[in-house]
Amino acid sequence: MTRRERRRQRQAARRDAQSLQRTLVTPEGVTLTMAVASRGARFGALLLDLLFIVLLITVISVVLLFVAGGVASLERSITSGTPGGYALQFVMIVWIVIMFFFRNAYFLFFELGPRGATPGKRINGLRIAARDGGRLTAEMVIARNLLRDIELFLPIVLLASAGVESSAGWLAACGWFLIFMLFPLFNRDGLRAGDIIAGSWVLQAPRRKLAKALSLEEAAPVASGEKGRAAASGERTVRYQFTEEELAVYGEYELQALERVLRDTRAKAIEPVYQTIAQKIGRNDGWNDERAFLEAYYTQLRARLEAALRMGVRKADKHSEESR
Amino acid sequence: MSEALPPAGAIETAALRSDRFRLEREADWQRLEAIVRKMEKGRLRKLTDEELLALPGLYRTVASSLSIARETSLDAATLAYLETLVQRAWFVVYGPRTSLWDWLRGFACGGWSAAVRAIGVDVAAAFAVMVAGTLAGWLLVAQDPEWYFALVSRDMAGARVPGATRAVLHGTLFGNDGQSGMSVFAAQLFSNNAQVSILAFALGFAFGVPSLLLLVQNLALLGAMLWLYHGVGLTLDFAGWIAVHGTTELFAILLSGAAGLHIGRALAFPGRQPVLRSAAAAGQRAAVVMTGVVLMLVVAALLEGFARQLVDTTLGRFAIGGFMLAFWCAYFFAFRGTRGWRERQGATRGRP
Repeated sequence: MTRRERRRQRQAARRDAQSLQRTLVTPEGVTLTMAVASRGARFGALLLDLLFIVLLITVISVVLLFVAGGVASLERSITSGTPGGYALQFVMIVWIVIMFFFRNAYFLFFELGPRGATPGKRINGLRIAARDGGRLTAEMVIARNLLRDIELFLPIVLLASAGVESSAGWLAACGWFLIFMLFPLFNRDGLRAGDIIAGSWVLQAPRRKLAKALSLEEAAPVASGEKGRAAASGERTVRYQFTEEELAVYGEYELQALERVLRDTRAKAIEPVYQTIAQKIGRNDGWNDERAFLEAYYTQLRARLEAALRMGVRKADKHSEESR
Repeated sequence: MSEALPPAGAIETAALRSDRFRLEREADWQRLEAIVRKMEKGRLRKLTDEELLALPGLYRTVASSLSIARETSLDAATLAYLETLVQRAWFVVYGPRTSLWDWLRGFACGGWSAAVRAIGVDVAAAFAVMVAGTLAGWLLVAQDPEWYFALVSRDMAGARVPGATRAVLHGTLFGNDGQSGMSVFAAQLFSNNAQVSILAFALGFAFGVPSLLLLVQNLALLGAMLWLYHGVGLTLDFAGWIAVHGTTELFAILLSGAAGLHIGRALAFPGRQPVLRSAAAAGQRAAVVMTGVVLMLVVAALLEGFARQLVDTTLGRFAIGGFMLAFWCAYFFAFRGTRGWRERQGATRGRP
C-alpha cells in the first residue's frame, strides 16, 4: 500500500468519525448505514428520564406518606408494637424497596421492552442496539445499566457519606461525575462506560414514509389513460422524447438533484432548473410546460442510467466518464 | 391492504424496470412497515399470530429488496425508504426477544450457576483477597489497637470497642429479639448492601483494582472485630452471629468483587481479541452474576433482619449459616442446569 493510499484511508476514517454515520452488517449480510445518536440527544434523553424518575418517586412518596398519615406521627408509631406500627413498617419497607428499584430497574424495564428505549430516549428518537449487529440480549441491558449506577448516582452517595460541608467530598464527587459524564466525548461512537461493558450502543431510530415514484406518474397511464389528467400527462410523455446525446450529459448526481427538485412541493426551483437543462441540451420546446418537460427528462435519464447500471456501468456525475 | 396493491396493469406498463420491481414488491414492504409500526408503538397485543410469524420472512424479503435496489435502482426516495425500513425491522427482529420472565427462568434454571462457574478463576482470586483482608485486619489491630478505629467508624462500633468487658460484648451478640422495626432494618440493609456490591462490580471498570480494595477494606473490618471478640473468648459466638447471614452476604460480596475483577481483567488483558469485544463478553457474563448477587442480598438481609434476632443460640445460627453455605456451593458448583435448560443451550449453540 502506498503512502498516499494510506493517508487517504486515514482521512476517510476521520471523516467517518466526524459524521454520525456508521455501517453495520446484519447477520443476513446486509450492510446497513446507521446513525449514532448525537451526544446532545442522549444528554436530553437522560435528563428527561431523570425527571420522570423524580416525578414518579415524589408521587409515590406522597401517596405512601398520605397512607402513613403524616410525618409527625411516623417516628412515634414505628417503634410501638401496635398493629398501626406494623402497618407503618410495611409502608416503610415498600418505600425502601421502591426507591431501590427506581434507581436500578427503571432503565432496565424499559430497555428490555420491544422498543429498546426508555421514555426519554423514545421522545428523542433514540434506541439501543447490539454493536455487533446481532441480537440485543437481556445480559447487555443489565450490564449497561449496572454501570449507570456508578456513573450517575455514586457521586451523590459519595457526597452523602463525606458530608455536604466537606469540600473534598464535593471535589471528589464532581471529578468523578465529570470523568464519567465526559466519557462519551472521548470515543467516536459516543459510548459510555456501560456501553463498553455491555457491547451495546445508542442509535437514532429512523422513520420515513415511502414517497410516490415519480417516474410512474406519467409512465403508468400511457396505455390505460383512465383519468383526464392522467391522459393529458400521457400525451405529454410522448411529446418529449430525448435523444441519446441529450441524455448522456448528466450522471447519477444530477438525476438525484432533479428528483429532489421535482419532489419539492414549492415550484420555484422548477423554472431555473428547466432553463439550465434546456440550455445545456439545446432545446426550448418545453416553454410554459416546464414540469412535464423535466419529469419526462427525469424518467428517460433514469431509464438510461439504470440500463447502464445493469450492465455494470456507472456515471457518477456530469464531469465523470462512464466507468465500469 | 388493497390500497398498497398497485393498480391493475400498472406493473406491465411501468416504463422503468426498477419501477416494475418496486410495484411488484411494494405490498410486502407496506405489510412489513405496518407490523413494525405496531411493534414500535408497543401495541404487541394487536399483532396477530399470522403477522408475528410473517415478520422474519418479510424482514428477509425486504432486506434482499434493498440489496437488489442498491444495484439496480436510481430512485433515491425508494432507496432511502427501503434503507430505513430494513433498519427499523432489524431493530425489531433483533431487539430483546425474551421477556423478563423467560429470562429469569433461564437464569434460575442454570444460567446463573453457569455464569458463576465461567468466572471461577476470578472467584478464587477474590476469595484469596478476602482471606488476606481478614488476616490483615486482625494482624493490624493485634499490633496496635488504635488501628481499630481506622477500620471501624465510631458510630458503627458503638459498644464494640477495644477494652470493652465480656458482658458488654456478649450483650451485642445475644438478646436482641425484643427489638422492633426489624423488617424495616432488613430492607435498609438490603438496599445498602446491594449498593455496595453494585459498586464493587462497577469499579471493575477501573481494571478491577478498586473492586479488590473494596473487598480488602470490608474484610479488614471483619478481621478487626474478630480480634476484638477473640480477646474476650467469644470467637465462636461471634462467628455464629456473623454466619447466619454472613455466609450468604459475604458470598454475594465475593461474587460481586469477582465480577468486577473479571471485567477489569478483560479490559487489562484482552488477549487476542479486540479490547471492546473482550470487555463486552466479560460484561455480559458478569451482569448475570450480578443479578444473582442482588437476589442473594435480599436473602441475606432477611436472614440478618429476622433469623439473627430470632435465633438466639450459637448452634442454631451455625446451623442456618452452614445450611445456606452448603446450598449456595451446591447450586453454583454442583448444579449444572435443568435438563430443559441444557437442551435449550445446546440448541442455541448449534444454530448457525
